[in-house]
Amino acid sequence: MRIDCPLCGARDRREFYYQGAAVALNRPAPDAGVEAWDDYVHLRDNPAGETRDLWHHEAGCGAWLVVTRDTVSHAVSRVELATDVKGAMA
Amino acid sequence: MRVAGKGLVNRDKSVTFRFDGVSYTGFEGDTVASALLANGITLMGRSFKYHRPRGVLTAGSEEPNAMVTVGEGAGAEPNVRATVQEIYEGLMVRSQNAWPSLDFDVMAVNDLAAPFLGAGFYYKTFMWPKRFWEAIYEPVIRKAAGLGALSGKHNEDTYEKAFAFCDLLVIGAGPAGLMAALAAGRAGVDVILCDEDMQVGGRLLAESGAVGHLSGADWAASVMAELEAMANVRVMTRTTVTGAYDGGTFGALERVNQHTGKRGGGAPLECFWRIAAKRSVLAAGALERPIAFQNNDRPGVMTAGAVRAYLNRWGVSPGEKVTVFGNNDDAHRTALDLAAAGVHVAALIDSRQGITVEAASFPVIVGAQVCNAAGRKALESVTVRTSAGEQSIQTDCLAVSGGWNPTVHLTCHMNGRPTWREDIQAFVPTAGSIPDMAVAGACDGVFSTLGCLKDGLRAGQEAAEALGKRVVAVDLPVADDAAYALEPLWAVAGKGRAWLDFQNDVSVKDIKQAAVENFRSVEHMKRYTTQGMATDQGKNSNVMALAVLADATGRGIPETGTTTFRPPYGPVAIAAMGAGAQGHGFAPERFTTSHKRSVERGAPMIEAGLWYRPSYFPKAGETTWRQSCDREVGYVRKAVGVCDVSTLGKIDIQGPDAAELLDFVYTNLFSTLQVGRVRYGLMLREDGTVMDDGTCARLGETHYVMTTTTAAAGAVMRHLEFVTQCLHPEWQVAFTSVTEQWAQFAVAGPKARELLNGVLAQPVDGESFPFMGCGPVEVAGVQGRLFRISFSGEHAYEVAVPSRYGASLFDLLLEHAERMGGGAYGMEALNVLRIEKGFITHAEIDGRRTAFDIGAARMISAKKDCVGKTMAARAGLMDEMRPQMVGIKPVDAAAVLSAGAHLYECGAAQVNGNGLGHVTSVGYSPDLGLQIGIAFVARGAARHGDVVRFVDAVRGLETDVEVCAPVFVDPEGGRVRG
Repeated sequence: MRIDCPLCGARDRREFYYQGAAVALNRPAPDAGVEAWDDYVHLRDNPAGETRDLWHHEAGCGAWLVVTRDTVSHAVSRVELATDVKGAMA
Repeated sequence: MRVAGKGLVNRDKSVTFRFDGVSYTGFEGDTVASALLANGITLMGRSFKYHRPRGVLTAGSEEPNAMVTVGEGAGAEPNVRATVQEIYEGLMVRSQNAWPSLDFDVMAVNDLAAPFLGAGFYYKTFMWPKRFWEAIYEPVIRKAAGLGALSGKHNEDTYEKAFAFCDLLVIGAGPAGLMAALAAGRAGVDVILCDEDMQVGGRLLAESGAVGHLSGADWAASVMAELEAMANVRVMTRTTVTGAYDGGTFGALERVNQHTGKRGGGAPLECFWRIAAKRSVLAAGALERPIAFQNNDRPGVMTAGAVRAYLNRWGVSPGEKVTVFGNNDDAHRTALDLAAAGVHVAALIDSRQGITVEAASFPVIVGAQVCNAAGRKALESVTVRTSAGEQSIQTDCLAVSGGWNPTVHLTCHMNGRPTWREDIQAFVPTAGSIPDMAVAGACDGVFSTLGCLKDGLRAGQEAAEALGKRVVAVDLPVADDAAYALEPLWAVAGKGRAWLDFQNDVSVKDIKQAAVENFRSVEHMKRYTTQGMATDQGKNSNVMALAVLADATGRGIPETGTTTFRPPYGPVAIAAMGAGAQGHGFAPERFTTSHKRSVERGAPMIEAGLWYRPSYFPKAGETTWRQSCDREVGYVRKAVGVCDVSTLGKIDIQGPDAAELLDFVYTNLFSTLQVGRVRYGLMLREDGTVMDDGTCARLGETHYVMTTTTAAAGAVMRHLEFVTQCLHPEWQVAFTSVTEQWAQFAVAGPKARELLNGVLAQPVDGESFPFMGCGPVEVAGVQGRLFRISFSGEHAYEVAVPSRYGASLFDLLLEHAERMGGGAYGMEALNVLRIEKGFITHAEIDGRRTAFDIGAARMISAKKDCVGKTMAARAGLMDEMRPQMVGIKPVDAAAVLSAGAHLYECGAAQVNGNGLGHVTSVGYSPDLGLQIGIAFVARGAARHGDVVRFVDAVRGLETDVEVCAPVFVDPEGGRVRG
């Protein structure tokens, strides 16, 4: 598997640390309530198809990336800087 | 025997090698198999289960039978295919799975017991008594069965791994692959062409037909010359592409020095490549399948294509009187080539009716089948059955062809399933199985030379176009375009055992037995019979086996399906995949600047992650580590001790929002910390569990230095990156790890300040450096940093200098300390010192502890949000029945404690579910004169003074311990402020 880091170019997946669903970007407000927090910390979808993950280019530039990929075909369709994705959410 | 005037081997260069201790001579270009055949050796191995004598079946990497061990001693390599191993001067080869010798193998008695050893025999036979399985049955079966054995010694050979990149990877350098590489190369595409053979050409090397005005081999050589002259093409021979993976990556094994015997001097034996390619062309060719009939495994029975390859490529005839048996036109070539070379062809037997062979100078028997073979260690005769009856033919080599199977394997590595083609009675790749891969030539069911050339040209040009290059014309040479026609024949009916999988001794009967016992799924059949397992993965036999299964279960072949082909395509040594990771390469070592001096002082070094830290520093006369440890604890409690603490993670944090970041990642406040002060901080995970702890110093208004534990340095760094990129990209803050840039030493004990004032340019006092103060200092002429922090409860400092001065500062500090009645202390003493004060390490914060559990709930500031704050407030994480951190000390002062022990109420049953908690750390406190520990006990904070039962079932320890506050020394904390 290769990930096309927006800063470094396409690199072998061994340079990256896998975190989990990009849901982690949507941190609730402290008073959002038990369900929102439970959802944020614990509940994850397990899609057969498109999924968005967070990967850290730990052995590279250090950027956190939002990787959109297909869990069935393993095809990576989009790689974005997490700062850009989070910035666009603001 | 060699055939005059045939073959591509270099007859001017003879090569001597040994097989089972006997010296033989071959030529440069020979494999072990071709050289042995040239010397008249046909018996090359014994089979896996029945120890039946076996000869070579094929001439390629798919070989199931001729497995040998190459080399001797630690570097001996078992299960090398004699058809792949090239001979070189001095090569030592041994046969396998035979004792005392290949010629006379005691275990061949298994063959007589064959009626009891059919499919699944060990599941049925060795059921009772149960305990016999591990003790007797399995060891005996393992000894009797099997292939070669490893030496069991450490292998000193060098292996490498490497990455390669290209626009187009062409897999296979036969006619299709060469044309594809040529077309793409001429168009300017960046090409890698891989072939597992020692030279390019593929099947062209084994055939007598011409390509253009050249022989097949000469044409291949001319293309090779052109490709090698292109800067944009890299040809990798002896390189097997072993797997197709996600994102256009491929695994490939290059046998760098397996053919030279070169060892040592850094010369790698093999290199495992990871090739990243934008596109690929699979031109892997096809593999011939035999036909099953009684005793079709006799040495001398080979595939027809292999016999032709030995003749045309190596100039060897595997027999003096060769018989050919097939169900297709391709087999005819073998008989015709042999006859043309002057080899006696006893007969050509075609199972089809009404077939004629032009210009045949040998008997042709059509509508006939070979139904038996005789000759235990070498083929003597075959029995041919026609409608008229049976006849025997004297022969020492039988060339068999049941047709050709495209080498579809790589197209199945990403879940692809091959498609059945009725016309060629074979599976072909399903288009689109691997993204951006095109399939060409025999691999796609194109079986004429011209067809392969054409198909390869198309694939190469299409790839060039897809890669944005302008297509350049390539002339298509004239070549054979004969149709390939066959009638299916998988197994000849008859009694006795007709073999399918030679490597695993699976016969037609075994497959039928599996079907009878309802192992009807092809995957179940494979596992029940072992069909298609081991090194060859059934490359010759899988399709035959599933055809037999299809027949036995009354289904069609496409309906029956294939087993799943997984990487690697061919065997890959673990040593190659793990190249660079042997010994210390597996876990690189990180050394502190004091490492050398610590080792010189005899300190046993222990691992802390990748770091190595001194356990203790033994002195003359000390016979146990405890004596050293107690002495070192005494340094710190009574005089002064010095300890290298550089392994702790250090992160330099700067920027206007540095304080905001720290307030968010720590539970407590850091924005309120004064410049020149240090604060202890606690970090939580978002789920409320403690992640790490450490101190953080404010060096300037917008400049902090965070320390992490040694173990969590990487995780904390990643966490900070996560917070600043994924949660708060708007913050103006930057940080970087400076762990290796600073050497840092703890100077601890009542005489710590006195020591420091001996080495600092400006002496410090309680005012300039109060407890938890920090600032720049000049130490021995070097700009450093001083932090007044303590992990021992004593008056202590940590002094940091740039790493290049670390070694000399360590020496300087020790020199002063030793003059003052102190000295160096190691991890054992450090551990005792911190247990005496109830300071935590990752032994305590093990991923299950909350701030509440460690008695630090009040450290979660109410004034702000922080990571983990909301979830830490969940009722279940603050339940008073949770195990809370306490100290423990034994009622009997002589009792021995151990970490990992469990705690129970006195008198309670010591069973699972009844425990109060467990012990996380223990040490011997010289001050108290007994062992003390830190434990987690349900409702522990309220139980100080209670006596509970300490039980270590693993070490057989049991004693009463008193629960107490987890601070054993100086509970008021006066010393640290002194």
